[in-house]
Amino acid sequence: MPAGAAAAAGAGAALSYSTGAAHLMPVIIAVPVIVCCVLVAAGPRLPRRATDTLATATAAGVTGLAGWLLAATRHGRVVTWSGGWRPVHGLSVGIPLIAGPLNAGLVLIASSLVTCALLYSWEYVESVSGRYHALMLLFLAGMDAFAMSGDVFDMFVFFELMGAAAYALTGMKIEDPTAVQGGLIFGVINSFGAYLSLFGIGILYSRTGQLGLPQLGAALRHHQPGVLIIASFVLIVTGFCVKAAMVPFHFWTADVEAVAPTPVCVLFSGVMVELGVYGVARVYWVVFSPAIPHGDIRQAFVVLGALTAAVGAIMCFAQRHLKRLLAYSTIAHVGLFLMGFATLDPDGTAGAALYVAGHAGIKSALFLLVGILLARYGNVDEHRLYGRARRDRLVAALYFTAGFGLAALPPFGLALGKSVAEGAVPAAGYAWAPALFVLVSAATGGAVLRAGARVFLGLGSRPGRAVQPGYADATAGEEAGDAAETTGAEERETPGLSRVPVTMILPVGILLAGALAAGVLPGSGQAFGDAAQRFTDAAGYISQALFHGSAAALHPEPAVAWTASGVGLDVLSAALAAGFAGLGLYARRLPPALRRAGRPARPVIGTLRRVHSGHVGDYVAWLLLGVAGLAALIGLPLL
Amino acid sequence: MSVYAYFVAGWLLLAGAYGMVRSRNMVHTIVSLSVAQSGTYVLLLAVGYQYHALAPVFGSARKPSDHVVDPVVQAMTLTDIVVSATVTALLLALAIQISKRQGTVDPDELSALKG
Repeated sequence: MPAGAAAAAGAGAALSYSTGAAHLMPVIIAVPVIVCCVLVAAGPRLPRRATDTLATATAAGVTGLAGWLLAATRHGRVVTWSGGWRPVHGLSVGIPLIAGPLNAGLVLIASSLVTCALLYSWEYVESVSGRYHALMLLFLAGMDAFAMSGDVFDMFVFFELMGAAAYALTGMKIEDPTAVQGGLIFGVINSFGAYLSLFGIGILYSRTGQLGLPQLGAALRHHQPGVLIIASFVLIVTGFCVKAAMVPFHFWTADVEAVAPTPVCVLFSGVMVELGVYGVARVYWVVFSPAIPHGDIRQAFVVLGALTAAVGAIMCFAQRHLKRLLAYSTIAHVGLFLMGFATLDPDGTAGAALYVAGHAGIKSALFLLVGILLARYGNVDEHRLYGRARRDRLVAALYFTAGFGLAALPPFGLALGKSVAEGAVPAAGYAWAPALFVLVSAATGGAVLRAGARVFLGLGSRPGRAVQPGYADATAGEEAGDAAETTGAEERETPGLSRVPVTMILPVGILLAGALAAGVLPGSGQAFGDAAQRFTDAAGYISQALFHGSAAALHPEPAVAWTASGVGLDVLSAALAAGFAGLGLYARRLPPALRRAGRPARPVIGTLRRVHSGHVGDYVAWLLLGVAGLAALIGLPLL
Repeated sequence: MSVYAYFVAGWLLLAGAYGMVRSRNMVHTIVSLSVAQSGTYVLLLAVGYQYHALAPVFGSARKPSDHVVDPVVQAMTLTDIVVSATVTALLLALAIQISKRQGTVDPDELSALKG
């Protein structure tokens, strides 16, 4: 380290000053950690309700602070240098936390989801001496810190902090062997991804001598894309892609979300996976965008995003275990988010961000509703639950609302985000993208609706009985398929509930209202457009962080808003979803000619199922293949 | 630093990955993960090392203008070791639970999750 830099930064510390908003970020990270320690220390002596209240109030308080931070970022980014080591003439040894509107929004989403999940847990989770609550708060701190960090090594550390909390939360039900197995797979795959990231960080540090994102961005300004720079980019984003559940790094996702406690799944699907996408986009924009051409990255991530969306959608439709079904639907949507961010323009970014926000509300609500089914009926298998929840009218109404919301029915925020992203990807040169967006939304929404129709309405043929003579070959094929899939015979997470308590319904209502608000509030589109402009302005990020520059004025872009064609495609995908659901329900009653036409799909689904083997060694092999593929997609065009 | 150290780092990473792919025992998988991570320690220390430089501890005998090795990578390695210890301990605890519940730690026989 140059000794001069240390001296200069020391002088900077002397004249350090901070505004109120700048103090917010360390507080947002520290408060949940402190309460976590209190809960671990005092947990065994606290009554259950005190633990619940303390944890939920802490998460709600952090949500309030996150809202304040988001409001403060409207006029530019908020920058904090830990310990007051502010940069002098662009040189710093300090470690920054930097919040723009987009990552402050992610902090807000993470905090509100944790609040809802903790509220839901009042009646749902049996917490042993407060450890569950402590882990949830630690997980929250890790996610918030990862989103706000402006230093690539800190991103790795917080990535592992949220990882460790997440592994422990997954394997918490130690009496359930599958949960422990899921936690172990999760830990091995994610940590290996994180170590590859650290390898990349080491290479990057050896080239630049920097770790802060703005310093790195400034250092790579005038670099040619050498082999080492590309290698470090590929390795760093590998860890984030593992978290983001991008194919072929996605294998852990369904296994983990099938077995983790339901309120924890809400956080995995609703925000943790999206934080992985955020990590890729942030590191590319701030650090690597001057060194690696945009066209190259766009091509690589549009291709991988489309692959992810297709695999996720097919596997989602083929599931009968409801939590696995939702997990694969998350993978499918992550593919679409990746494509939105991969346009590398403010429009696509705004669309993808809005899509993420809307998806967080809808998908979390669906997970919580499936949790209610599990609590009441003791399993989450679509076939075994056939017609059993006919009396739960409120739950059914909420479920179908969320199901159509997932299929992008306007006016949910998810539909607005989808229509904006759908418009931006063809503008970047991929004319086929809207078809994929519509089909993937329809397939995932259709799978959710099909399951709902079976469980709440008792529609379709009763599964497992209708063996018709003359179709022995088809039935045999289906049975072979059944042997290779996970059924939803899961261990209960609660004592059976005779009625649904209000603390379990209220969070669902809040989440759906939030998803609706993102679509209908008048300022929402404008806010996401502005956030995307800030996010894609890497030069502004560097100048504001390193040179105390003021934030650039925003272009008065055409606001992100509903368009006739966008609404048309959204309605089309919702209608197709209903059609797919019907097809799933009544496939056995189709005329034989039509059934034969569908037969070529069987080997595809069978192969995909076999590939998702639940074997940790296979998953590591796929991860290595993914690294090689990513390196080839990004590196080969630059040779 | 000689190029040899970087080869060792890469080799450790790949050897650990190979161990995880071919593993027949979860404890072996977790130790292989630690081996892969050791590659990052070697890489980080190799990045900061310089021949004939001193330890970065300043005092009356050593002035800030003296030639020292990079302390940042050493701090990173220490952080990395802390992270690794946490994760390894947690995963080994999970492996013990799997062994207690299912009577095996062979990933080929753990087939509850698939498709």
